[in-house]
Amino acid sequence: MRKNWFVHRQQATLCGLAILVCGGWVSTPGGSSLVAQQKLDLSPRVTVAIRDARLVTVGGDVIERGTLVIRDGKITAVGTTATIPAGAQVIDGRGLTVYPGMIDAATSLGLVEIPAVAATVDQGEVGDYNPNARALVAVNPHSAHVRVTRYNGITTVATMPDGGVICGQATLINLYGTSPQEMAVVPSLGLVVNFPRLNLGGGGPFAAFRQPPPANIAEAIAARDRRVEELRQVWREAADYLRAKEAAAADPKVPRPATNVVYESLIPTLRRETPVFFRADRAQDIRAVLAFAEDIGVRPIIVGGNDAWMCTAELKAKQVPVILTGVLDLPAREDDPYDILYENAAKLHRAGVKFCISTGDNGAHVRDLPYHAGMAAAFGLDPKAALRAVTLSAAEILGVGDRLGSLEVGKIANVVVADGDLLEPRTRVKYAFIDGRPAQLTSRHTELYEQFKERR
Amino acid sequence: MRSCFSLWCFVFASLFGALLSTTELQAQQNTKVTLIKHATLLTVTQGDLENTDLLIENGKIAKIGRGLSAPSGARIIDATGKYVLPGIIDCHSHSMLDAVNEGSLSVTSMCRIRDVLNPNDVDLYRALAGGVTTLNLLHGSANAIGGQNQVVKIKYGRPIEEFLFPDAPPGIKFALGENPKRSNFRVPGQTQRYPNSRMGVEEIIRDAFVRAQDYKRQWDDYRAARARNENVPPPRRDLQLEPLVEVLEGKRYVHAHCYRAEEILMLMNLAEEFGFRVRTLQHVLEGYKIAREIARHRAGASAFADFWSYKVEAYDAIPHDAALMMRAGVLVSLNSDDDGRARRLNMEAARVMKYGDLTENEALRLITINPAIQLGIDRRVGSLEVGKDADLAIWTAHPLSVYARVETTFVDGEIFFDRQADLAQREALAKERAELEAAEVNRPQGSGAPPPVPAGRRPAYRLGDSCMQTTKE
Repeated sequence: MRKNWFVHRQQATLCGLAILVCGGWVSTPGGSSLVAQQKLDLSPRVTVAIRDARLVTVGGDVIERGTLVIRDGKITAVGTTATIPAGAQVIDGRGLTVYPGMIDAATSLGLVEIPAVAATVDQGEVGDYNPNARALVAVNPHSAHVRVTRYNGITTVATMPDGGVICGQATLINLYGTSPQEMAVVPSLGLVVNFPRLNLGGGGPFAAFRQPPPANIAEAIAARDRRVEELRQVWREAADYLRAKEAAAADPKVPRPATNVVYESLIPTLRRETPVFFRADRAQDIRAVLAFAEDIGVRPIIVGGNDAWMCTAELKAKQVPVILTGVLDLPAREDDPYDILYENAAKLHRAGVKFCISTGDNGAHVRDLPYHAGMAAAFGLDPKAALRAVTLSAAEILGVGDRLGSLEVGKIANVVVADGDLLEPRTRVKYAFIDGRPAQLTSRHTELYEQFKERR
Repeated sequence: MRSCFSLWCFVFASLFGALLSTTELQAQQNTKVTLIKHATLLTVTQGDLENTDLLIENGKIAKIGRGLSAPSGARIIDATGKYVLPGIIDCHSHSMLDAVNEGSLSVTSMCRIRDVLNPNDVDLYRALAGGVTTLNLLHGSANAIGGQNQVVKIKYGRPIEEFLFPDAPPGIKFALGENPKRSNFRVPGQTQRYPNSRMGVEEIIRDAFVRAQDYKRQWDDYRAARARNENVPPPRRDLQLEPLVEVLEGKRYVHAHCYRAEEILMLMNLAEEFGFRVRTLQHVLEGYKIAREIARHRAGASAFADFWSYKVEAYDAIPHDAALMMRAGVLVSLNSDDDGRARRLNMEAARVMKYGDLTENEALRLITINPAIQLGIDRRVGSLEVGKDADLAIWTAHPLSVYARVETTFVDGEIFFDRQADLAQREALAKERAELEAAEVNRPQGSGAPPPVPAGRRPAYRLGDSCMQTTKE
């Protein structure tokens, strides 16, 4: 058992040694302070029981006083009568609430450190069509954003490339590990597409840095349509390539086509094994995506979805999920109601559209995820649904609902223990387990804090 | 041109419609007396008062107590289970500005923010809906010495004159670091402007104050000569140096955008050398590294809760910054610097509370009385006290909860935002919009080309304008 970790053994608890918990760091019973120092994510999987805690399972009912057991990287028991395995480390959960780790379904965490410094940005490639660009290979496991994010109870993020039309392949990572491969839950989650749209200008931060609105709207519409056709052509050629490959495989007399890495990357989407994440906010763009995806035969997920509330009937009928990234954005149109994006989630929920809530952030502010969900709850979304929107619903939309997103036996042990409602900014996360490993809750921030609080 | 005409018909008609309904609404709602009953009053300066009434008369808080009665005809609001918080004061805003930076020079103390105010900026209404009632409107941060500020009350839809905060001491924006260096705003082919380093930023501020001292001396000499009845001509007025003389005389507040510890020390040392005090350090992300020096200088600090990592000078920002400065004895406020964030400054306060172990009252002070003191307007606003301006908002839950929502916002005792009224007029507005869109004049032209699309907001600046004027902060 490595000693660089904070949950002490059951015997220690029975001896009554107090854990001094403060903002995520703990003094060990022996007295040596583990305060600010960040250690590498090298802990083995542990056997832990959190007992007498409130368990918000998300998948099922809230258990007001129960025990949750983690073993071999999985949740092995959840309930009022769970047995604590011999040798397990025990956390006294009285006054604490246990949640599944939150999941942000649309970030670029790990690909961007400081947006203003180009050398720290690995978010996008040159050119319009890069389906073979893979986010996972560029994820920096030592980005300061990783620990700052998990400090708030977010344990898993989808990390997406940006730029061009087909941006590349998203990846799903746990916020724990010393290499991208250790972090990966799903190395290649699906393709990310910036669906061609009209640029109509508008406000928002740094509006003046964006392209001005087109002078001739008819020309701009034609240009947009040409880009959509070009995109369609890319998939059609990939479909032809796939047919040629299959024909060659079936009949040795048919020549095998030369391997094309771009088309290869599109095949899983044509086989509907992986989804395509289409970034689209306006109603017309969302509808265009639905028609486009149906035509080329891929499985779409809308990312953005600011106008999704206008398209609930279509989204529901076609069973297309939405990852909302704009809950806290300013309304796009001057005459929009002030709360139009705050209540977008509630409207989708009422209409029965599958959705989850994301920050859409490129890294530093993914930690705000609970507040995006909380704001949706302040504006009509049932608080339980709000929590689900950043846990189980996100997992389901990303295709890992059977492995993540709730406190259920057999799921990956991504578990956070908090001193209150996870969506409230005042709540502190006391412990986090990722893949059954205790995640240190120190960060660049706590480290600087510990250093400079001494300089009075 | 016809399609253009139809567009403007649409725009004007919608604007006119919106204005009309707002005015009607206000006429119904704005009586001189309002009684808010059974609320939890978060007075900020006098504790939390449960199940208490608050009487508003003639724009002021007239009474606070239990079982208050109101004259007939008064508006009575039952706020059982609800919370009343003083109007939030945003100590750093660029809302309602038609231009943010005069970025062609690095000393533009002659420019005035009050000359570019747009009272119809819809983001003002959105801020009211977040319980904000007062803004410190600042010039951008492109220049070491920027323009003069303007403190306003958000009287959305009223003439500009009604926005200007009465008796607010004048101020001026300074900026240090990457923005006046233009580090992140370089355009290929465009000449780089002085200063280019933190050395140059210091030098250009020093140069300006040396000139201001000389200029002040000319006027002092002139006035002395006049006092001796000598017939001497007055010095030529210098509009750039006049505001800096006011700074030297302690009559104008310096609000300085800053990030790194060294540049903060630089400015405080320079100010002490020239005999003035920096009123507020804005953003002050590394303030926690030199909190004791800031406390000693008696500068206020107006910070972000946890905004970080967007540029190099924001990479050492920590969410404990505000709390550490507070603990060192610095007067700290939080600000938005952004129309989106302005709508949830209460959430910013809640975050600082978590990282810094603040009490609820300490957290609420960050967005109410502390910025009021920093702006020199605490005599009128920033707390619920009898005699103060009735600038306040009714919240559905404790404003430090993420589930809280603003029901009603008052400025000078008048309602400028009311959620129920807002909801009530939505259907009518949607119908009106649909009618306008369907109107013959707004239909696409015979050629099949649809009408041109309106530019979103009033376009104050465009890409390629001198010095890329979007450096807000």
